[in-house]
Amino acid sequence: MTTPAPPWALLAELTHACPLHCGYCSNPLELTRRSTELSTQRWAEVFRQAAAMGVLHTHLSGGEPLLREDLDALTRAAVDAGLYTQLVTSGVGLSTSRLDDLVDAGLHSVQLSVQHADPPLSDTIAGRASFRNKEAAAQLVKQRRLPLGINVVLHRHNLDALDDLLQLAVAWQADRIELANTQFYGWGLLNRAALMPSHEQLADAAATVARWRQRTDIELDITWVEPDYFTGVPKPCMGGWGAVSLTVTPDGTVLPCPAAASVPGLDAPNVLEHPLPWIWNESPAFNRYRGTDWMPSPCRDCAHKNEDFGGCRCQAFALTGDASRTDPACSLAPDHDVITSLASADSASAEVVRRRPTRRSTSTVGG
Amino acid sequence: MTATVWRPALPPGGLLRTDAARGQEVLLLPERVVVLHGSARRVLELCDGQHTVDDITTQLTQQHPGSARAEDIAHFLTRLHAQGCLQ
Ligand code: SF4
Ligand code: SF4
Repeated sequence: MTTPAPPWALLAELTHACPLHCGYCSNPLELTRRSTELSTQRWAEVFRQAAAMGVLHTHLSGGEPLLREDLDALTRAAVDAGLYTQLVTSGVGLSTSRLDDLVDAGLHSVQLSVQHADPPLSDTIAGRASFRNKEAAAQLVKQRRLPLGINVVLHRHNLDALDDLLQLAVAWQADRIELANTQFYGWGLLNRAALMPSHEQLADAAATVARWRQRTDIELDITWVEPDYFTGVPKPCMGGWGAVSLTVTPDGTVLPCPAAASVPGLDAPNVLEHPLPWIWNESPAFNRYRGTDWMPSPCRDCAHKNEDFGGCRCQAFALTGDASRTDPACSLAPDHDVITSLASADSASAEVVRRRPTRRSTSTVGG
Repeated sequence: MTATVWRPALPPGGLLRTDAARGQEVLLLPERVVVLHGSARRVLELCDGQHTVDDITTQLTQQHPGSARAEDIAHFLTRLHAQGCLQ
């Protein structure tokens, strides 16, 4: 076996705790408890090992990473290891002193989530008052001259506000805006019916994005992630399973993709038990769907297999019960009808279940 | 911003680094890795927001006589600006 090319990026899920309760969250339904989170020293070691392997970027994410009181120490550890650090935050808890500590630690950039351009609606989707915190956080970030990215997860309840969201990004002087249609994993999968947009909404949104991209009077970088439920084209799973990036969850579990914990029998490795190079290069979990040898028909003989890698493994599992099948998002997949019927189902009346921490033993999802 | 007074600088958060694992020089930006070929890193290191394109050209041609032509350097800087790697 040849050694796989090294990873470029590390998604560090520092905690699953979060003051928001977004129904589209892609965190797993079984949120990791705070008592099992990795220590500052363990994370520092993860950053060192990742950088030594070739990782260049790390996203300090969650949950809400600001709930880690040692976030400045964690940031400093990542920077000292040589990593480019981006804070991925809801903005809740980003006070002046907190941000200044992070800037001191060497933080390079900030990505801020926004749920809607209308403050009350944003608060409703987030499940708590938070829009004003976000607005203040955006101002602070710009005052400290850090690059600011805005991330919006799009769905039925905010797609129609796309124009206003782009306007808001300009008003807040964001450098980038990432418009990502909901990916249905974790809580998002649980709420799929309530979040699923209509074809009309998506067509309008795509037209809005096209219009904004033609504007030469603004310097906003616009990323638009089309929903694979509607395109018939599968998305390349993380640029390929074990090809580009890795995710470390709050308790040290290492995954080829943030949603991969849902794949049964994956036997995901943990940094407490193995060094990262072994995990990346040799662990069965990272080799399971690496490359093209594992592929079923029709992917095996398809001209696109090195472009989309057969689509998303977690989605294949979620929709067919078998993670090694062709992603049903692909129009060539034997199970494609599963996705076309979901995408055209009338979902106007479904209710969103708020993301909540699991209550011990007796918990029922969305109870 | 006209060409005569432009003082090129890396965008906020831009970081020049050696990517030892892959044996190359890179400019890191949010969500982006720009691989720098040839003398690109040396040129970018001079883009500190203090120096004009003329200053940078003078420095480069003095340091490495015969290696770079003024119009190539100006063209290169303009291209990096268009790609969002300079401001
Ligand atoms: S058949 Fe497989 S490889 Fe071909 S386009 Fe569909 S998912 Fe991609
Ligand atoms: S297959 Fe899993 S790992 Fe890959 S993109 Fe899909 S969700 Fe992510």
